[in-house]
Amino acid sequence: MDEILAGMADGADAADAPDLTQDDIERMCDIICDPSNIVGVEPGEQVIVTKDGGEFKFSQDSGGCGVGITSISRAAAVQMYERAFAFDTLELGWMDYSFKPLKTVVYEEMVTYEQIVETVIPPFMYGAMPNMGLYYAPDGQFRNPNDLMRVSNMEDSMEQSELAAEQLVGDMEYITGQFTKIGLEGFDFDTTGSAGDAEFVATLRGAETYRKQDPNANIIIGMSSESILGLHGLMEYKGYRVAGMYPAEQAKMAELSGANVFGAVVNTNSSKSFPWNVARATTIIKKCTSEANIPVHANLGMGVGGIPICEVVPTDTVGRAGKILIELAHIDGV
Amino acid sequence: MAVAHGLCSGMGGMRTTGDLVCRMQFAKSMKIADAKKYVADKLEIDPFQLTEENYVRDIREQLGMGVVTGQPNTPKGMPAKMNIEKVLGIEISSCEHFRQQVLRN
Repeated sequence: MDEILAGMADGADAADAPDLTQDDIERMCDIICDPSNIVGVEPGEQVIVTKDGGEFKFSQDSGGCGVGITSISRAAAVQMYERAFAFDTLELGWMDYSFKPLKTVVYEEMVTYEQIVETVIPPFMYGAMPNMGLYYAPDGQFRNPNDLMRVSNMEDSMEQSELAAEQLVGDMEYITGQFTKIGLEGFDFDTTGSAGDAEFVATLRGAETYRKQDPNANIIIGMSSESILGLHGLMEYKGYRVAGMYPAEQAKMAELSGANVFGAVVNTNSSKSFPWNVARATTIIKKCTSEANIPVHANLGMGVGGIPICEVVPTDTVGRAGKILIELAHIDGV
Repeated sequence: MAVAHGLCSGMGGMRTTGDLVCRMQFAKSMKIADAKKYVADKLEIDPFQLTEENYVRDIREQLGMGVVTGQPNTPKGMPAKMNIEKVLGIEISSCEHFRQQVLRN
């Protein structure tokens, strides 16, 4: 119980969120202490499950949390998610799972998507990370803002972030525009904000453009971390400065961009216990769901949402975290 | 891990009506309770029955929305999605693209 209270206090302080109620705290303790191996929600309380990474989780190596079954085709992998695992949504993704490398293979991906989408029934997304770090040296064409900050060249650092963001917005417009031509059902902008506030704003603008390209598009914006790093510091979206935003404010930006679903993240502190982390995540995400006008899917993967940071995640923590966030934070999906 | 989430917390996709409820989250940005009620009303069932596998399996077959098992002579893929569009009153981009291609030919 002490761990729950401490985690809740830390989350409330970080995200300016109200404390959980006494009933919430006691219920959380009951769920954590449930002696069952598998812990799930009660009938009628189930929510939607969305997933990043697409079908390539079958074939990828452990670096991408894949299981290394390289002999399985991409179409078969999607159909297994549909029929063997009965997922609520399906996804296709390129193995680098980032916009920049996707741009060079987009036509192959369009053909693959076209072939699979005619055979499956649940919502079938394409997914990629903005991953704006790939646009900076030594991998990309822009100077690295972090290197420039180290030598106190703040103006150039900010300028490079802005230039990279413009390039990313252009790449997003091109890619979603191409996919729209072949009837893409939706796009999962995954792990957004990993390169800070400029990347978050670029992604919001990319989602906004995609919404104009296809008014029926299914758009998810999922985050990379709980707060927006101010690597630029002054980036704004529709008059709001985004640096330092927590999930409740991030969800409002996602809604303004035209996204249908917001994926909230709360980072796991690997020096703390599961009760501490899941209490912190619940406190922060409960504020987000209470203020958001669009559905909120909590990110509950390795290292976020209270889930421990380890390659083979203990199943009992997965079920408990999901049940706690569904019952107490009222999330619309996982 | 994702499979564990599906079993512990998920609606069950095509085993039940998870794909249909998700369609409404996306199509109309509905929160989970509203999306469940919308789908339940369209299927003329109670929201609680949305995740009762045996009950909704027959409804899916009757309405041609696709079933999770390999059932011969039932709509699959695109035809099933077009039936889902009609039942839920939404437009799915891949279906619209398919219709445009058929009409073009």
